[in-house]
Amino acid sequence: MAILNVNPTRMELSNLKGKLTTATRGHKLLKDKRDELMREFIELVRQNKQLRREVEAEIAEANAHMQVARSIMSDEALNTALMLPIQEMSLNISEKNVMSVKIPVFETKLKSADASDIYSYGFAFTSSDLDDAVKALSDVMPKLMKLAEMEKSCQLMATEIEKTRRRVNALEHVLIPNYQDTIRYIQMKLDENERSTTTRLMKVKDMMLEEAHHYSEREA
Amino acid sequence: MYKIAVIGDKDSIYGFAAVGLEIFPCDDAQEAVHTIRRMAENGYGVIYITEKLASQIEGDLDQYREKPVPAIIPIPGADGNTGLGMRNVSKSVQQAVGSDILSDA
Repeated sequence: MAILNVNPTRMELSNLKGKLTTATRGHKLLKDKRDELMREFIELVRQNKQLRREVEAEIAEANAHMQVARSIMSDEALNTALMLPIQEMSLNISEKNVMSVKIPVFETKLKSADASDIYSYGFAFTSSDLDDAVKALSDVMPKLMKLAEMEKSCQLMATEIEKTRRRVNALEHVLIPNYQDTIRYIQMKLDENERSTTTRLMKVKDMMLEEAHHYSEREA
Repeated sequence: MYKIAVIGDKDSIYGFAAVGLEIFPCDDAQEAVHTIRRMAENGYGVIYITEKLASQIEGDLDQYREKPVPAIIPIPGADGNTGLGMRNVSKSVQQAVGSDILSDA
């Protein structure tokens, strides 16, 4: 039992009661926030894992093609082929608000709309495996962007959930019990004061009556 | 407008140049940390990093987890899948829930 360091007065009591109401309401709100965040988070993580599995498999495939291309072509030829890319990708980030967590939404933009612009080389001197590798990578790109978006969202939400969880716990296990104990303490103290005042008054009344009528002498 | 970068060993990331991403060949952990810090300050929204390189600088990457940008995403490199990417997702779960309740193992 921990009691806050306050004076046991009526003023403090009403202050503390106000604080307790606020804390209880805040606790309920934060708990709801935590539960909802958790629900969304679990859903997102499931999708994230699924997507990651797909993306990893597809990249592995692209890498396999690349390996073949590298073994067929000379290093110089490969470097020359990929040195000056035509295509350029840029990114627009907007925000989405999920339970006051701002999660990013990615939107990619390609410089040139022509799908064949991923081949930045003439086909005469390169292996067809290089084409396959580049094509595979280009195909996986939308998924890869989606993955980045999801993974970042997961990370941000995880941080927010951790923070919210701590707040809920602090309110539930420290702040609210402290307030309750202190309120009980002040109430008891005030009651005790009242009782002691009553007793004192009765005693004083007795003494005053004794003074006026001299009961004890008459009895004797 | 943000840019997208790929960082890692040359063999793993070369193909990404063709699809329009900026590539930063890099094998050294120290150099990678510097490059990523520079990228974070210069408007890169997404940074893909090979798992091999990411595993060497995991501690330095953790500081970007809480920031909205950049998103640093590990991808498997030429020498195969190390499972680091999956572990990264599990790490988020662990942070949020307290234990990894969604692991397949």
